[in-house]
Order: sequence, then C-alpha cells, then structure tokens
Amino acid sequence: MSKSPNILWPALGGTALVLGAAFGLMNRDYAGDRIEALETRVEAVSAQASSAAEQAEAEAARAAALEQQVAEVQAAASVMAKGGSVTAPAPHRDGRYGLGRAAYAEEIAAWDVDVLPDGRGLPEGSGDVWTGEEVFVEQCASCHGDFAEGVDNWPVLAGGFDTLADKDPVKTVGSYWPYLSTVYDYVHRSMPFGGAGTLSADETYAIVAYILYSNDMVEDDFVLSRDTFMDVEMHNAEGFVVDDRPELEYAEWRAEPCMENCKEEVEITMRSVFLVETPPEGGSNSVMNEAAVDGLPSFTSEGPSFIPAAAPTPAAAPAPVATPAAASEDDAMLKQGEKVFRKCAACHAVGEGAKNKVGPQLNGIMGRTMGSVDGFSYSDGFVEANAAGKVWTPEEMAAFLAKPKTYMKGTKMAFAGLRKDEDLAAITAYLQSFAE
Amino acid sequence: MDDAFKPSRRAFLRGSAAVAAAGLAGAAYANGPDPLITELQDWASYTGVGVDETPYGMPISFESHVVRRNVEWLTASPISSINFTPIHALDGTITPQGCAFERHHSGAIELSKPDYRLMINGLVDQPLVFTYEDLERFPRENHVYFCECAANTGMEWAGAQLNGVQFTHGMIHNMEYTGVPLRTLLKEAGAEVSRDKWVYVEGADASSNGRSIPMEKALDDVLVAFKANGEALRMEHGYPVRLVVPGWEGNMWVKWLRRIEVTDMAVESREETSKYTDVYADGTARKWTWEMDAKSVITSPSPQMPITHGTGPLVISGLAWSGHGRITRVDVSKDGGITWETARLGKQGDTKALTRFYLDMDWDGAPMLLQSRAMDETGYVQPTKAQLREKRGENSVYHNNCIQTWYVNAEGIAENVEVS
Ligand code: HEC
Ligand code: HEC
Repeated sequence: MSKSPNILWPALGGTALVLGAAFGLMNRDYAGDRIEALETRVEAVSAQASSAAEQAEAEAARAAALEQQVAEVQAAASVMAKGGSVTAPAPHRDGRYGLGRAAYAEEIAAWDVDVLPDGRGLPEGSGDVWTGEEVFVEQCASCHGDFAEGVDNWPVLAGGFDTLADKDPVKTVGSYWPYLSTVYDYVHRSMPFGGAGTLSADETYAIVAYILYSNDMVEDDFVLSRDTFMDVEMHNAEGFVVDDRPELEYAEWRAEPCMENCKEEVEITMRSVFLVETPPEGGSNSVMNEAAVDGLPSFTSEGPSFIPAAAPTPAAAPAPVATPAAASEDDAMLKQGEKVFRKCAACHAVGEGAKNKVGPQLNGIMGRTMGSVDGFSYSDGFVEANAAGKVWTPEEMAAFLAKPKTYMKGTKMAFAGLRKDEDLAAITAYLQSFAE
Repeated sequence: MDDAFKPSRRAFLRGSAAVAAAGLAGAAYANGPDPLITELQDWASYTGVGVDETPYGMPISFESHVVRRNVEWLTASPISSINFTPIHALDGTITPQGCAFERHHSGAIELSKPDYRLMINGLVDQPLVFTYEDLERFPRENHVYFCECAANTGMEWAGAQLNGVQFTHGMIHNMEYTGVPLRTLLKEAGAEVSRDKWVYVEGADASSNGRSIPMEKALDDVLVAFKANGEALRMEHGYPVRLVVPGWEGNMWVKWLRRIEVTDMAVESREETSKYTDVYADGTARKWTWEMDAKSVITSPSPQMPITHGTGPLVISGLAWSGHGRITRVDVSKDGGITWETARLGKQGDTKALTRFYLDMDWDGAPMLLQSRAMDETGYVQPTKAQLREKRGENSVYHNNCIQTWYVNAEGIAENVEVS
C-alpha cells in the first residue's frame, strides 16, 4: 500500500476513518464497488455540506474543505488502484456470453493427446527396444547420437547418473526425469525437431523403450505399452520437492537491509569471463577476457584503495550504420521460399559461409551432383546417386522434397515432406537463388 | 602497490579527476563558436522525408545498434534459442515490441487470425472452440506486466560471465497487454474451479510447449492477450494470442495459445520437469518455482554504456521488478555494498511490472563498484550472490536474482565482476 493515502487520513477525522477502513479492506474484485460507495458517500457529504451552507457561512467553508479532502482521498485511492488490476476489472456475468461453439469429439481427440503421470492419455499400441533402436538411429541419432549420448551441443538423453550434485549436472531422461509419461508425451508431440507430430504411437513406444534401454533402465526384451508403463521405475522419481522458497528464503530475506558499514572491505574476486563485441549487423562476438583481478583496487567505506595506472581498454563501441534498402523483382516467390526454408533450417544452412549441420549445406544445390558436398557423410542411397552422376534439377528436387523417404530409400533426412505444390515451387526458386 | 597509494589517496583522486576532465572535453566545450550553430545546416535548409515514405516506421538509422542480440555458442541451433533485449540502451519502463527478447523452443511461427483456434476442454461442462473474433467479444482489460525468462542471469551462477547487461539481464521485457481474463473463458466453458484443479496450457507451434498452472492463479490475474503496447502481438511473441501469467516465469506465458485443458493434476510436461526445475547442491531439485523474486540491475553505466562524459553530473539508472507485487524501494551502492543510498523511482511502481530508478550524482572520477538492491511490497530484499549460493549451491540454472556488480574504472569503463 502506498504512503500518500496514509498521510491524508489523519487530516480527515471521522470521515477519513471510515474511508480509510474502506481502502484497507479493499480487495481486487470489489474495488469498483467500493469506489462507487465512496462516490455516494461524497455526494452525501456534499449534500449535507451545502444545506449547512444555507444556514451558516462558516460551516459552508468547512464543508467545502471537507469535500476537497474527500476528493483528494479519492484521487489517492485511484492512483493506488492504477498500480494494480483494480482500475477496471472486466465485468463479470453470471450467465455465459454464448460465444464460441461446442468442440467436436474428433477435434478434442486430435489436440488433447497429453499424457498424465499416472498414464491416463496413453494410446493403444506397443513397441520393443530393437524396433526402437532402428527408428531412433533413422530419426533421432543425427542430433542425439546413436546411443542417445548427444552430438555436439544437442541434448544428451542418456547417462549422467550420479552427477546431479556436481557443478554441471548432466540431466538426462535417465538421471533426472521423474516421470515416464513425460518422455512419451514429449517425443510424441515435439520430436523429431523439424518433424514434430509425425511419429505413430507404436514408433513412439518403441523409441521410448530404446531410450530406457540406453539408460540401463530396462532389459533388451522389454516391450513398452499401456500395460507395462507403470512397471518402469524412474531413477529420480523421488528427487523433487515442491517450491520451498517461502520457508527457506523469504522468511529470512524480509528484514530491513543494512545501509552503512555493511562490510569492512570489498575485493573484486572475479572478472567477466567473456568480453562481448556487438557488431552493427546484429548478433555478438565474445572473446575470453585475459585480464587478471590483480591490478584492481579494493574498496572500504573510504572509497577505492587506489586508482589503477593502466586501465583496461574497452571493447570498441559499435559504429551505427544505415540499413541498406532491400528490394528485388522475384521478391514474393523468394520471400515465400525463405518462409518454407524455416522447415529446413533446423538441419540445413544456405547463404554466405553456410556449413554442414545435421544435413549438408545447400549452396548451389541446383545443378549440383547429388550427394556431393565435401565432408558430409551421406546415406547409401545418396552415395549411389552420386556415383551414378545424378543431378539436382527442379523436378528431381520437387519429387524428393514431396516425399523424401519414398524418393530416396533409407535416407537419413528425417523430414516428412512438403505437401503443397506452391511450397515446392517456392523452395526450389529459393534454393536456386544461392550460388555455389 | 596498494600501500604505496594509500597515504595520498584523496590527493590522487583529485588529481586524476582534473586530468580526466581535461582529456574528455567535447565539442560543447570547443574553443570558439560551434559551426553546427553558426553555419546553415542541410537539414535546416532542404526538405525532409514525406509522410508517404514510411507507413510503418523503424527507429532512425543512428539507433540501429539498439537491437536484440544472441550469443551463437549458447545453443545448438538458433531455432531453439534465445536473444536478449537491449536494456542498456532503453529508458522508462515499456519495452518496444521490436526489440523485446525472444525465446523459442522450435522457432517463431506465422499463424494468421483466420487460422487461429482456441480450445477449452477437460473438466468443463462444455468443451468449446473459439475463433479470434470470439475472443475480441469478451470484456477485456489492460495491464502492464514484465515477462522474465527463468534463465535470465542464469549463466552468472558460475561467476561473472558475459560482459554486458543486455546479456546478463536482457531476457526480460515489459509491455502493456490487452486481453481477456482467463477466468472469463473458464467460466464460459463451465470449468471445475476448485483449488485442487489445474489448467494445462499449450501452444500451436511444433514444440507444443505446455505448462500446468494451478487453478488459484488461473482465476486470479492470468490474461489471454492479443495486443501489446497497443498493437497486435509480434509473431515472435505469439501472434495472434498469447498467455500472460503476471509475475511468473516466462516459459509459462505460452505463445500461439491453442488449448486450455482443466485437469485434476499437473501434467508434469517436459518444460516443468526436465527444464525449469532448480537443482540444488545436494542434487535434489525444486519444482513449481513459478514466481520471479524481486530483482534489479543498473543499466547505465554498465559495460555497454561506459561513462564517456568525464567527471561531474552522472545519472545512474536501472530497472527493478518483482513477481510478488510492487517495487517499493531500490538502494544503490557505489562501493560494492559497504554503503547504500536510496534511489529515486521514475514513477510509482506498478504491480509485477518494471520500475525505473535513478540516482543522480557528481562523479569525481574515482573507480566504483556499482550495485543495486530492490525491495518489494512484501518486504523481500534482493539477495547477494553469496546469500543465494549459500541456500542453493551453484548447479542451478534458473531464478538467479542476485545483486549484480559493475566495476567502473577511472576512465568510466564498466565491467561485469564478482566481489567478496
Ligand atoms: C534436428 C535435430 C534433432 C532431431 C533429429 C531430434 N531432436 Fe530431439 N531435440 C532436439 C533439440 C534442439 C531439443 C531441445 C528442444 C528445446 O529447446 O526445447 C531436443 C530435445 C529432445 C528431448 C528432451 C531433452 C531434454 O533433456 O529435455 C528428447 C527426449 C528428444 N529430443 C528426443 C528425440 C527423439 C526421440 C528424436 C527422434 C524421434 C529426436 N529427439 C530427434 C533436436 C533434435
Ligand atoms: C531433420 C533434419 C532435416 C530436415 C528438417 C531437412 N533435411 Fe534435408 N537432409 C537432411 C540430411 C541428414 C540429409 C542427408 C541425407 C542422406 O544422406 O540420406 C539431407 C539431404 C538433403 C538434400 C540432398 C543434398 C545433397 O547434397 O544432395 C537436399 C536437397 C535437402 N536435404 C533439402 C532439404 C530441404 C529443402 C528441406 C526443407 C524443406 C530439408 N532438406 C529438411 C536433414 C534434414
């Protein structure tokens, strides 16, 4: 509660006490009513005051003063109200608004697929460890590694046991996740990255069985289904407590803080690890800070112990530059293609300095021999196509991107395909715009 | 070296200040009349840009460095990644949408209003589907709230890391939202609203980033929002509809909101188990740590905002906020926490919204260890890094609301440091 209304109350005597109590009790939902009640009260006060004025001038003056004070309190109350959500609560209605329409059962079935910790929501179906391995290697291993150990910076899904108390805990499905439902639910709805929602129930059961196997949590003959779901014990099931900051922290940290002589001396114990440059084109470049804490002053209530002779030089301040105007003729098509490319960008790069990611870089792909990017290890299908000298034409590209798995048997590209013809045309045009 | 300077410290300070002032004399102190004033300038003679030139304006080119920035090596892919609000260069409290940080788990999607559907199902009398137009027909409200990623300042658990307040504290923005209270929609569907119920919210993007919210919060101040700072939400912030969960971690503010399900238990989705849980020194983890505790930081001077004007009047400026309500007070220290002064608030703080603070001083050119410390209406005082580590250890990622220190040297250059 802000201070100003408190200051006003004593000046107002009896009326103020009533109003003050009203503010004190004010609660979010009823604030509007209270303010209305106050308005009625002000009217009553001023009505009284003006009848008094007919009788005696002195009383009239007092009434006017009172009125003004009430107005001040009201103003203060509304200032106070502006800070919270009391200003204008949306009106409640007892009945319904009658907006929206009833959801169809098919719609609910399509969207409501989350799985609860007790297994409610799990679909029919099953999958075993070995099928899971096959699907995993095909669809997931490019990022998460053949054994769910994680490639480069991509998430690790297995191992990390007994690391949770370390400074850099390795939090995996095995070492950290408390519920099996979460693994099924997340893989089913959100993976593979760039192709979410494409896994069948059987595939998902199989992959989850394989992830459990990779974490030594089940034997290799394990089959996961609704029926075996509750048999699996998660390592870290007991590892979580519900937020206890209120007891452990807030209770202690609500004391009036120290203002003077709070410490004897302060020393700098660590300097920024990374110096950051911020180039005008965006992003940032960081370099290690080699400077040591040695040459820096310590502080007492007298100020710094000394002024360093040679201060470190700053990272150069970015020079602002004007943004170049962009415009070209086939803009619309290319723009559309750029948009479609977002579906590919998780795995492919194009443009200056593009490097191989999960998939090969795609600069100059049109007219290029299939499977020919240096340093990329292609699946057998592409290796054979390369040996046969097959070349990427717009037609071949459209056929491949419409149904990658059908076009190229056994391809590593975990991508379901583009359904719309206009998207296929746009992406082909877009790729064509990047030369070697 | 330390001792050598001690006897004459004061004298030395004065001397160095004089040197600094002389060295930094700028154009305004130039000898003789300023040609910018005495000579006719192009812009005062030729005409400027017409009103048909810029149907929707970007900041002037001189400000083109005030942009969101990302740090490439933080994540495997920019599609599941984060960028940072340039808070060092902003003032006041409202974050313009165009430079407000983004965090996506599988990229920002383009979802049009005609294609938008919102479903309410689960423990309700009548499962419903709303269109975008339906939402605009419910009574709506306006509120300013901050949205802070739980991982803001997360790297600093391990000590002073990136040198810039944009990077240490820039996973935050503060906007004025227009939207419908979630309770209105729950009522419309006839939801069971007893305290043991939960509301599971899910987005339309590929990450289907779902979170469970306890019913008490859902009925309190959660908004289903479609406007921010007066205009439509930006794509990257969930156009056309996002959830606003005041004072609670940003991950719960589900973007591209497509489904609200009333359940009898928390779903324990990936984002509330594998992520957004806090591991403590002994390896146990805290879950359901939703509130963002009181926090503040000095935005200028800071590493990206060195003091370039030399000694004399200096405005120290920063931001404070609390997920528990209003900011009531901010203190600033120039000596690393030995002495504190109470700063001035730019205006009375709104609940669960950014509050701007200022400390106006005369800088004598002496090095400073700048810190700020926020207090909120519950009386909570922002803790030091040492206090936080004592309670939680150092293996956590989220909810680091420690007091930040900038070392400002005699040249006015600021650096991210940790102090004893
Ligand atoms: C193109 C790379 C890629 C592919 C292919 C991929 N993933 Fe992922 N995976 C990711 C990324 C990126 C994340 C983190 C997403 C985020 O930030 O929310 C992730 C997260 C996960 C997680 C959660 C990890 C954690 O610790 O929270 C699981 C489990 C997972 N993936 C399983 C799979 C499975 C199973 C497949 C195959 C069906 C798969 N992934 C395919 C990139 C990939
Ligand atoms: C989940 C990751 C992933 C996604 C998403 C993906 N790709 Fe691929 N792509 C790959 C991989 C891996 C290969 C290598 C295939 C192989 O060796 O079987 C590949 C191969 C290719 C090739 C052949 C390259 C060559 O050198 O012959 C083209 C062309 C291609 N992708 C285009 C696309 C386009 C266009 C999209 C988006 C519409 C896309 N990909 C989406 C992973 C992906």
